[in-house]
Amino acid sequence: MAEEKRLMKGNEAMGEAAVRAGCDAYFGYPITPQNELTAYMARHMLDKKRVFIQAESEVSAINMVYGAAATGARAMTSSSSPGISLKQEGISYACGADVPIVVINVARSGPGLGGISPAQGDYFQSTRGGGHGDYYHIVLAPKSVQEAADLTYEAFDLADQWRMPAMVLADGMIGQMMEGVVLPQPKDPATRIAKPWASGNRPAGRDCNHVDSTHLVPEEFEQANIARFKRYDEMKKLLPRWEEQHVEDADLILTAYGTSARVSLGAMQMARKLGLKVGLWRPITLWPFPEKRLGELAGKRFLTVEMSMGQYIEDVKLYTHGKSEVSFYGRCGGMIPTEEDLLAEIRRILKK
Amino acid sequence: MATKGKTEIDRERCKGCLLCVRACPTKVLAADVEPNSWGYYPARVVAPDKCIACGNCFAVCPDVAITVYKL
Amino acid sequence: MGLQQKSVILNPVGCSIWASIYFDFDSVQVPHGRTPAGATAVKRMLPDHLVICYQGDGDLAAIGTAEAVHAANRGEKFTTIFVNNAIYGMTGGQMAPTTLVGQKATTAPYGRDPVEAGMGYPIRVLEMLATLGGTKYLARGAVNNAANTRKTKQYIKKAFEAQMRGEGSTMVEILSQCPTNWAMDPVESVGWVESDMIPFYKLGVVKDELAGSNEESKEAAK
Repeated sequence: MAEEKRLMKGNEAMGEAAVRAGCDAYFGYPITPQNELTAYMARHMLDKKRVFIQAESEVSAINMVYGAAATGARAMTSSSSPGISLKQEGISYACGADVPIVVINVARSGPGLGGISPAQGDYFQSTRGGGHGDYYHIVLAPKSVQEAADLTYEAFDLADQWRMPAMVLADGMIGQMMEGVVLPQPKDPATRIAKPWASGNRPAGRDCNHVDSTHLVPEEFEQANIARFKRYDEMKKLLPRWEEQHVEDADLILTAYGTSARVSLGAMQMARKLGLKVGLWRPITLWPFPEKRLGELAGKRFLTVEMSMGQYIEDVKLYTHGKSEVSFYGRCGGMIPTEEDLLAEIRRILKK
Repeated sequence: MATKGKTEIDRERCKGCLLCVRACPTKVLAADVEPNSWGYYPARVVAPDKCIACGNCFAVCPDVAITVYKL
Repeated sequence: MGLQQKSVILNPVGCSIWASIYFDFDSVQVPHGRTPAGATAVKRMLPDHLVICYQGDGDLAAIGTAEAVHAANRGEKFTTIFVNNAIYGMTGGQMAPTTLVGQKATTAPYGRDPVEAGMGYPIRVLEMLATLGGTKYLARGAVNNAANTRKTKQYIKKAFEAQMRGEGSTMVEILSQCPTNWAMDPVESVGWVESDMIPFYKLGVVKDELAGSNEESKEAAK
């Protein structure tokens, strides 16, 4: 019997997807605009006798996630921009100790306390490693409630498989809006991959496990980092994911992720109706970034659309190797670009 | 007849903190005059016959360098 | 207690980090101060395990105060072993939350001065946590002499047994001499524990609301 389509808020869809992915432990802290997610997890994790704690701070919450995941559990937290900043040390630790965790960021406008409206000003923080040291982690950028649920569900498998944090980078709009969603089937725990590295339940004869990111001998630490970066290269070959429409014949390719990509889709359709050859290129994995495919489009003209002062645009320039003219259209402070304004910008660029 | 004991100190493991010397109720132990290979002057049994196997030295030794036997 | 295969120790940052080397347990190394948070989750995921939250005074009562207070107040079932040496050891002798008034440290070169220099007062952690509903067993021992060392061992055993009975939260504070950072020789440092620390940090059971304790404590008090 196919799963029925339900009308759900993004925040709650992500919560349900996590529960179905087998999230064993959720640790949260109140912050707008993701509160519905924490409340959803409270109800559904307690219903299922799984671990739910509203921690005393985001700092504590991420370290609870780290502790739970260190025993091999599937653990998750969710927060929004300022809260995600507080979690960066914990995320760096999870990267350094190769511990799989899932972190959801329902981004809001910053810097500082900022606002509670949607924004995309966390791109650098998410894709360049917001904490200390050389590391990256998976970053998935949904543009709809359906994709938010699917990517959250998948984040647990990706994190476990590659032993690293997987972040779902949504924003306030995706979290707060309601859309139809078909939820994935509950994951059979038997299909989970084994975690012999985890601490606890130590079989006789096994040396003790140390989930630990400490490396005090530089020679060893360098080798460990190099080895991890080899795994990153492996991921760059296998995991990049994107969506593109009308790029081959496009005079101008709109490129954006998440909510900005929705607006770009609408503007593209309006432009097409006016006979303007406009395409859309949307990365779904912000890390590992689909650099190869973007490189193949080098030479095309791009208009990057963001809800920030321009962060993602740097990757567009980087991976088109200077062969493309890349312009920028951004709103920030919680403002969301409109299709009409974007269309006007497209026409200005194409002088049509 | 009070319990009799024997104390052995691993002089290479000992770092000469001498907490055992302080803890011993019958003055069995004292600092050695010869250093170990680390350069520490470890504790040494100087009055073996006075040992009553109370184990105080063992209890306070931070490096678990002492073994006490009840005779 | 036959729990070697089912024990996890959390070693944060500070001298406590070496715990994973000294104890033959599975371990989880957590960021400075976040040990109670990590321990909370480890214990929640492994309720049948002995989970030890091994902290120093900086970890617990400075950067990790919020985690310590809230884990205690949630009545988490792990046991905290709180080593109080009244100084930051690993980093070379800075003032800690438990540094005594007048005690010198690299960051209190003229002695801890709560008045003129606003360096705050030494924190009696157990007494503070005793006010929380979630704390069930809080005891303070010392290792300055054999008798106190043995007494401390009893406190720890009682806390571990309580943990395995599913009671929490439990914490044992251990006054610990730190010759290296007090700039004393070991015997002197033990003397300082006796002359200065013990009078301020009273030894003994600060709180005992464990289920089987009423009879036991009468027994022990005989």
